[in-house]
Amino acid sequence: MTDPAIIARDLTASYGARAIWSAGTFMIPSGSFTAILGPNGAGKSTLIRMILGQLPPAAGGLEVLGRPPRRGNSDIGYVPQRTVFDPELSIRGRDFVGLAVDGHRWGMRLTGRTKAAADTSASIDAVGARDYADRPLGSLSGGEQQRLLLAQALVGQPRLLLMDEPLSHLDVRNQGAMVQLITDVARERRLTVLLIAHDVNPLLPHIDLVLYVANGRLAIGRPQDIITSQRLTEIYSSPVEVLTDSRGRLFVVGLEEEVSHPHA
Amino acid sequence: MRELAIFITVTNTSPSLSWNLFDDIASLFHYEFMVHAFQAGTIVAIVAGAIGYFVVLRASAFAAHALSHIGFAGATGAVVLGISPVFGLLAFTLASGVTIGALGNRLRGRDVTIGIVLAWTLGLGVLFISLYRGYATEAYALLFGEILGISATDVAITLVAGVVTVGALIAVYRPLLFSSVDDDLASAKGVPVTALSIVFMAILAVAVTEAVQVVGVLLIFALIVTPAAIAVRFTSRPMVAIVTGIGLALAFTWAGLTIAYYSPHPVSFFITSLAFAVYVAVRLSEPIRRRIGVRWALSSTTAG
Repeated sequence: MTDPAIIARDLTASYGARAIWSAGTFMIPSGSFTAILGPNGAGKSTLIRMILGQLPPAAGGLEVLGRPPRRGNSDIGYVPQRTVFDPELSIRGRDFVGLAVDGHRWGMRLTGRTKAAADTSASIDAVGARDYADRPLGSLSGGEQQRLLLAQALVGQPRLLLMDEPLSHLDVRNQGAMVQLITDVARERRLTVLLIAHDVNPLLPHIDLVLYVANGRLAIGRPQDIITSQRLTEIYSSPVEVLTDSRGRLFVVGLEEEVSHPHA
Repeated sequence: MRELAIFITVTNTSPSLSWNLFDDIASLFHYEFMVHAFQAGTIVAIVAGAIGYFVVLRASAFAAHALSHIGFAGATGAVVLGISPVFGLLAFTLASGVTIGALGNRLRGRDVTIGIVLAWTLGLGVLFISLYRGYATEAYALLFGEILGISATDVAITLVAGVVTVGALIAVYRPLLFSSVDDDLASAKGVPVTALSIVFMAILAVAVTEAVQVVGVLLIFALIVTPAAIAVRFTSRPMVAIVTGIGLALAFTWAGLTIAYYSPHPVSFFITSLAFAVYVAVRLSEPIRRRIGVRWALSSTTAG
């Protein structure tokens, strides 16, 4: 692995006077797949916003792909948190993905139509969304919308992929398919992936690292090191038990209550 | 007063349809006021149809409605002060538009708040009308449009305003579309979403001011929202939807003016009724169209 994708030193996040979390020190290697976990309101999305350059660090240092974070960084692909698109939203999936190509530019698309169309199609094909890319976004299923959201994030060959709860509104089967797709695409394109999730189980076979955002602190580690009864009980400061099944998969018990009763 | 004079002229000559289409068209444009009405109506329809797409996409139809009502207080206030109501209208719609735009997402779901402000400004409008006794026609024209009373100067002003609004829409087209579909994503890509929201509401304020001349404060929906709402039921391609919306707005305006010319009833009634009838027909025919599978080829996979 080459240079780290993200380096944080004593990073602190706050909205005004209210501190969200502090003293976050971690390193994300290039090409790794990291799951960001933690209770609601602990500041997971805040971390993503900071990496995107939308929220300046209150204290400490943050380096993204070797530079300070900046808005509109084309090396970053981003999938924002959302429930689903408004069913009435009448714009084709293809037009939506196309907005990632040059939607930030002023005026109308006058030149470079062919290249923009080719880039759009390539991204749509990469996530296997060709069959429904020309239907209105609002009429698509949650899984289809999530694939098109991934397609727009892949436009412009980013090196870092940030995804805010891409699995939350999918059923178990679609969660599995989505995680597999993200893993395949990331490996093929040597992407560094940071993904916020509520449930770690569908991610366990694929992730290299877990970054916990809880109790006003950040904690990082390999899944097998950090997802242990002792470490999680420590991080959440409430009893959490980690079980291993016969195939070596980890199951986290007790977090469901934590999620439904956030204390952050 | 001018409207009244025109009204009398129209009823006196009482034009009627003949079987000669050329004669009918010639008779339609015989009077200067009809020529002006068609000119202004065409400009306003193009502007309204274009901005209407974004109003529908951003789900800000209520904001558009609110702007026109708040503008009513400004217009009547201007009449009291003895200046042209257009300036009062523009000042109030711009001020409220910029405020709504700046509040942005924080205003989402605040229909109750907007409604309360809106009711109060309409009340203000009523006060201003009563302060300026004897000018009920001014108020009537503002509420329901006065397209048959438009002068050559009005047409020229409308044209300038129209060119500015369409030009501004073209200038912000891509980032506006982006932030309308996904604010969060657009912001991450470096689009100044709040500034854009303010600019959009300012453009909308100018467009509303223009459209008020044609259909009036109370009927603004028919030209700004209805054509776009119909268009997006047929196509999910932004440019096709915009062009379709403009086409529908033009059709409603032209047809409304033509029918009104040969009838004693107001233009606004025909424009709003045509828009409403087409919208209802489109909604009612939806299950049938879906069954036959003739959702316009425009949104099909073959149209690349």
